[in-house]
Amino acid sequence: MKWNGTNYRLRIEARLDNPRWIGVVSSIFGILFALIVGGFVLKAAGASDPIGTYRLIFKEGFGTFADWQAGFQAWMTNTSCPKGMLCFGPLSDTLVKASPVLLTTLACIIAFRMKLWNIGADGQMFMGAWAATGVAVFLLPKTTDRVVMMTAMALAGISAGLIYGVIPGFLKARLNINEIITTLMLNYIAYKWIEFFVVVGPWSIGDFESTGRFPAPATWPRLTELAKQYPITAGLTVHPGIFLGVIAAILLAWILFRSRWGYEIRVIGDNPRAARYAGISLEKNIILVMALSGALAGLAGMNEVAALRELNGRFQRGYGFTGVIVAWLARLNPLAAILVSILFGGLLVGTKLIQPQGISSMLQGVILFIVIGTELLFHYRIELEKVETVPVPIPNNGELPTESESQAEASHDR
Amino acid sequence: MTGSDLTTLTVIILFGSLVSGTPLLFATIGEIFSERSGVMNLGIEGMMLVGAMSGFAVWSTAFTKWHWTNGSAILFGLLAGMAFGCILSLLHAIITITLRADQVVSGLAVTFLGAGLSSILGEHFVGIVTPLPTKITLAVLGSVTVEQLAFVILGAVFAPLAWYYMHRTRPGLDLRSVGEYPAAADSLGINVYRTRYLYVLFGGAMSGLAGAAMSLVTDPGWVDGKTSGLGWIAVALVIFASWDPMRGLWVSYFFGLLRRLPLDLQNPALPLISTANNPQLGRFMDMLPYLATIFILILGSREAMRKRIGAPAALGNPYIRGERGK
Repeated sequence: MKWNGTNYRLRIEARLDNPRWIGVVSSIFGILFALIVGGFVLKAAGASDPIGTYRLIFKEGFGTFADWQAGFQAWMTNTSCPKGMLCFGPLSDTLVKASPVLLTTLACIIAFRMKLWNIGADGQMFMGAWAATGVAVFLLPKTTDRVVMMTAMALAGISAGLIYGVIPGFLKARLNINEIITTLMLNYIAYKWIEFFVVVGPWSIGDFESTGRFPAPATWPRLTELAKQYPITAGLTVHPGIFLGVIAAILLAWILFRSRWGYEIRVIGDNPRAARYAGISLEKNIILVMALSGALAGLAGMNEVAALRELNGRFQRGYGFTGVIVAWLARLNPLAAILVSILFGGLLVGTKLIQPQGISSMLQGVILFIVIGTELLFHYRIELEKVETVPVPIPNNGELPTESESQAEASHDR
Repeated sequence: MTGSDLTTLTVIILFGSLVSGTPLLFATIGEIFSERSGVMNLGIEGMMLVGAMSGFAVWSTAFTKWHWTNGSAILFGLLAGMAFGCILSLLHAIITITLRADQVVSGLAVTFLGAGLSSILGEHFVGIVTPLPTKITLAVLGSVTVEQLAFVILGAVFAPLAWYYMHRTRPGLDLRSVGEYPAAADSLGINVYRTRYLYVLFGGAMSGLAGAAMSLVTDPGWVDGKTSGLGWIAVALVIFASWDPMRGLWVSYFFGLLRRLPLDLQNPALPLISTANNPQLGRFMDMLPYLATIFILILGSREAMRKRIGAPAALGNPYIRGERGK
């Protein structure tokens, strides 16, 4: 490369340290850049005011400062939210969306840490939702105690997700079958499975494509139920499901960074050969990790039906895929995932009303591109260096050094 | 139902499976070339969606605004689909070959991006109806259009050519060597980076073509999420075809049959197995292609173990010139 008369060369060399700031910077940069690219796409699609669209997304997802101020004031004076203001409504919706995102993200994180590409969190979540519904509506009596009911649903969801995750895990461990394909195919099968039961099949009530409202003990309590004592909570649908995700995130962080098993998982992910020489069983860990991953996604499914209070044909697809992006954006760190999930919950709520439906998917794709594209910065140091133009001494026989010789020199100095 | 009716129906179903298998064929063979050079592109689904949307958009503009004939507008649409598939795969190539990022994650990003872009930009084209296609008068091929027939023939010619190129020509040898042992290929003067770029772009073009063919030829019209997971099935077929274009042809046709079957079985004229009066069975039939993919991978894995044939050795590894061990 020539610039200002001096020769420059792009120099890429391996980095020995692994500074933390790069991850944070590239994640933030990824989001910002994705928003800019997304703005151009929106413009191309005919939106007159991309910035206005983003402002709307943010307003729908998190509310405005004035909303929060009004909310706090009403909270302090113990009155209800003033007319025309949203107060904490958007935040509440965002937390509701964030809880399944967080759980599927954790499912992805544990698998990705081992370089096990579980893309099937969506299907595992569907199966979890299906099993939890079965327990809530058809197995236990309507009057069961809420704690017993919710625990049974969670266990059912976890086991269904676990089984659905172990299938591809087993195929990978025993037959070395690509887990990406199997988990994806299982996604589609799970969608059809739910459709079979809920849309046309034995669980639908009449033509409603739904199981009908769950009995009260099988549902998450909502914050709005406190509206009598605290009028500010009126209309807020936020439920304790987000705590489930936060607890799971803390547990997962402990497993990954403080336990022997987590250490094994990380060794396999970084260097499977070294892991084998160290006596770590690949087969066993593949199955165990897929089991845990599926269980977390299954729990997400149970959490979601308990929040929706019914299972219907419109059960939202795609949480598992959002989990992939969030996992990557959080740099596979369970604790960072909590924050990023809430951010993405806001994105999902905000884009729900925006007309081109694909905008959330498109933004996610661009974010993922930027994040992995800047991954190179993690492992390599990129420098622009001056190439000194030393006059080449001409050897006696008058031949110039060949290209391969000068390359050998260049690689010598690393 | 008489015997001759049943024969006609069988012919219709079989030819229909060739029609619905041919887009899969192009996507699969494109991916085989890409993977043979050492780059896995899991973004087929996204590239197909973009190809389908852009192809349909271009067709509809050329046909309704510029008053082209239907045939030339379709041709133009297919080319546009190829071009846009190419552009999307260029992104994947830059990220994985030059920036050496993980191919799996980049492929996923391609899928997300393609799905999102096609959904946003294709919004205006949902529900545009295509003109009544030209039917073929041959009695046995009653439900087939001229375009479909031409497309099937194109696919059937393309696969052997691809096989010949890969196994009997010099550039084909270069391609395979880059995927097996890039360092050795490099030392023989083959430009590894350029080869990989070339075939990733080729794979993208083929996926784009496959998508455009779906929205213009085999099943005209654009809806959001048109390809319904077909791109992922193509990824699986590459493995089952053990990276061989001719095997890719057969498995694509077989999956074409599986995709058609749920539709054909709704035909109430069929004895016993018709799903017309049994929608619940129909839902299970819809699972068939996906279940079959898993089943076929299980079968394929046993065969791969026995015959010791398999993936290109350098598949998934970025090539870093001058570094040991790759």
